[in-house]
Amino acid sequence: MIAETGAFALILALVLSLTQVVLSVLGRWRRASVLAGAGAGAGLAAFACVAVAFAALMHAFVTSDFSLANVAANSHTEKPMLYKVAGTWGSHEGSMLLWCLALTGFGAAVAGFKRGLPAGLKAVTVATQGALGTVFLAYTVFASNPFQRLVQIPIEGRSLNPLLQDPALAFHPPFLYAGYVGMSVVFSLAVAALVEGRADAAWARWVRPWTLMAWSLLTVGITLGAFWAYYELGWGGWWFWDPVENASFMPWLIATALLHSAIVTEKRGALAGWTVFLALGAFTFSMLGAFLVRSGVLTSVHAFAVDPTRGVLLLMILGVTAGAGFALFAWRAPALSPGGVFAPVSRESALVLNNILLAAATVTVLLGTLYPLIREAATGEAISVGPPFFNLTFTPLMAALLILLPAGPLLAWKRGDALGVAQRLWVAALIAVGAGLLAFAAVSPRKALASAGLAMGVWLIVGALVELAERTRAFRGSGAETWRRLTGLPRGAWGMTFAHLGLGVFVLGACFETSWKSEAAETLSLGQTLNVGAYELTLERIEGGDGPNYDAERATIIARKDGALVCTPKPERRFYPTGGQTTSEVAICTKGFNHLYVVLGERRPGDVWLVRAYWNPWALLIFLGPAIMALGGLISLSDRRLRLAVGRRALPA
Amino acid sequence: MRKLLAICAAIFCIAAASDPAERLPDPGQEARARAIFAEVRCLVCQNESIDDSSAELAGDLRRLVRDQIKSGRSDDQVRTYLTDRYGEFVLLKPAFSWGNAALWGAPFVVVILGLFLLLRNLGAPRPYAELSQDEAARLAALADKEQT
Repeated sequence: MIAETGAFALILALVLSLTQVVLSVLGRWRRASVLAGAGAGAGLAAFACVAVAFAALMHAFVTSDFSLANVAANSHTEKPMLYKVAGTWGSHEGSMLLWCLALTGFGAAVAGFKRGLPAGLKAVTVATQGALGTVFLAYTVFASNPFQRLVQIPIEGRSLNPLLQDPALAFHPPFLYAGYVGMSVVFSLAVAALVEGRADAAWARWVRPWTLMAWSLLTVGITLGAFWAYYELGWGGWWFWDPVENASFMPWLIATALLHSAIVTEKRGALAGWTVFLALGAFTFSMLGAFLVRSGVLTSVHAFAVDPTRGVLLLMILGVTAGAGFALFAWRAPALSPGGVFAPVSRESALVLNNILLAAATVTVLLGTLYPLIREAATGEAISVGPPFFNLTFTPLMAALLILLPAGPLLAWKRGDALGVAQRLWVAALIAVGAGLLAFAAVSPRKALASAGLAMGVWLIVGALVELAERTRAFRGSGAETWRRLTGLPRGAWGMTFAHLGLGVFVLGACFETSWKSEAAETLSLGQTLNVGAYELTLERIEGGDGPNYDAERATIIARKDGALVCTPKPERRFYPTGGQTTSEVAICTKGFNHLYVVLGERRPGDVWLVRAYWNPWALLIFLGPAIMALGGLISLSDRRLRLAVGRRALPA
Repeated sequence: MRKLLAICAAIFCIAAASDPAERLPDPGQEARARAIFAEVRCLVCQNESIDDSSAELAGDLRRLVRDQIKSGRSDDQVRTYLTDRYGEFVLLKPAFSWGNAALWGAPFVVVILGLFLLLRNLGAPRPYAELSQDEAARLAALADKEQT
């Protein structure tokens, strides 16, 4: 009964979304605020309905209602409660429902804000959001309905893939989807700007908080995914340039570019067309990601044939929505005002360079992901594009971006003072070069490129601090004045400082870990040892143990450094009888920012076990950095100026 | 849904290359072999190098590469040997060839195009001239009068 309620609510949500479009369009056309208001109301109701459907599906997972095909395929009575709940969005159908929940949720948020947005702009935004909701809800209802019943009800479900039964991965999709779909609001605002012919400072001020929110959520989502890969897949890597990762990374890159170009549009009225273009692009890449991940076109050419309708339908959705958006752009963008002029050395120029490099980086990732498909379709030859390609193309682009970064915020609008900026930054440059040289001299083995990467991280961190010192006149004014300025800084400024600091922290961690990690693997019998880095690991004992839905073999390992006990990692090897899969639970000892990472491998004849250990120096910074960046986004979001309902502009148009 | 492929792969594949049973006795040769492994695709896995994969075929490929290195072949010779047998598909780093020109060139084309547009925009005639000092002074005077 509850499942039927869910199915009904989902269909109702589809109808309401369609109503939302019709009413909002009529409201805009007739300039009737009652109709537009009714459209917004339909948006709120659509969200409520999807929420009911989502709750119904979650209920089915929690109570293990195997009469639903989706639950039977993805759940199991013995699964821990957290993963029963997370199972709601663990499958294709369920995650589409989560996508719709986020889409209508953001639509409701836009519809619900009474003040701020001019009525025309708001009506078109709500209508576009409704149209996106209609399309994706229709897809969910007709092509991947999670409420399909089974005629013959199985006694037990087939369970969720054990690798997905992990806390980081349970929360990874909600963040990622909220980030992906958050871009839909930006897309709708861009469509509205094109229809209304105004992409001015006020519009950009509306775009920024939504982009910031989606960007922050996406940052958290991607980081959780990387962290999960790091400790669950068990070989110490955290980023593989795998197409699925790339699919989530492209919207992030575009959103980052958009955040910066929207600043120019807001402060200087310039780059309006480009900002609108990026705003359309961010959600387009989100949809592309959804298509790439679900169609199976990239993981395997054959998977596409297994269920061609879903892939083709998603491709059609992508083509129609993005196509309509960009066609509108081609038609209306020339009408947007060109905006202010600026000198070659100015903050505008710096932000344009930022955008050029981020756009190039996005194109690189896009081509790297799709080129094997294109090449195979064109010439029939199969090639592979893997990490070595990205290291050679993406990395230099990012390096150029990172070198320029600290100068950007120090430049004045319109006409900057290059010499002045150089004077402010030479100390930072000196510290960075010094740190690089120190790393080159002190860390063995010597690695020039990695030391340069380290210098880059220090450059970003010190550069961000120099900018903060400039704003607060530290070292120049009195301490009291600095304190007054420090406490008076707008949250947006703090947000930027944190985001740039976080990037620096990430670069430090990524360069250091990638270049100077060490690994060791041996087959050990009880009492034997293995050396990794400065540590000596002794296999103390192995014991069996059963989890709720798996059998485990757990090793107790003693880690010593110079004879002194450091920690006792307890890696596990788990066997899940339901699916017949084996996973390994990595044990990680955190020492400062460093990780001692231990994996228990298979048992070999003669009572020996394969034990692998990694010393990952500064690995924690890789995940801490993006966390600081996301925090920066949130701090910025709380800025009074960017509060979602900017009261000052409460004019009905 | 994310990482489905990594998931499928990971069930079987856990950095198998460092397995002591497979290692070459000479550490220099072993290091060279490991460097090559990172660039060779495990053909049956998806987008995984044979360094990461413990699929049976990846093990075979590793043995092949190690044998080649043991018999004194250079890194390039090993790569050529692999592409002759399995085609370009086996290398994770696409060749610098005309067929891949668009792939390798695109990032630079975008940067150059972007810089060109920026420079053209900077050099474009300004829609309105900036005020001269004299005009600015008159404007300031007018604004003052307005306020009082």
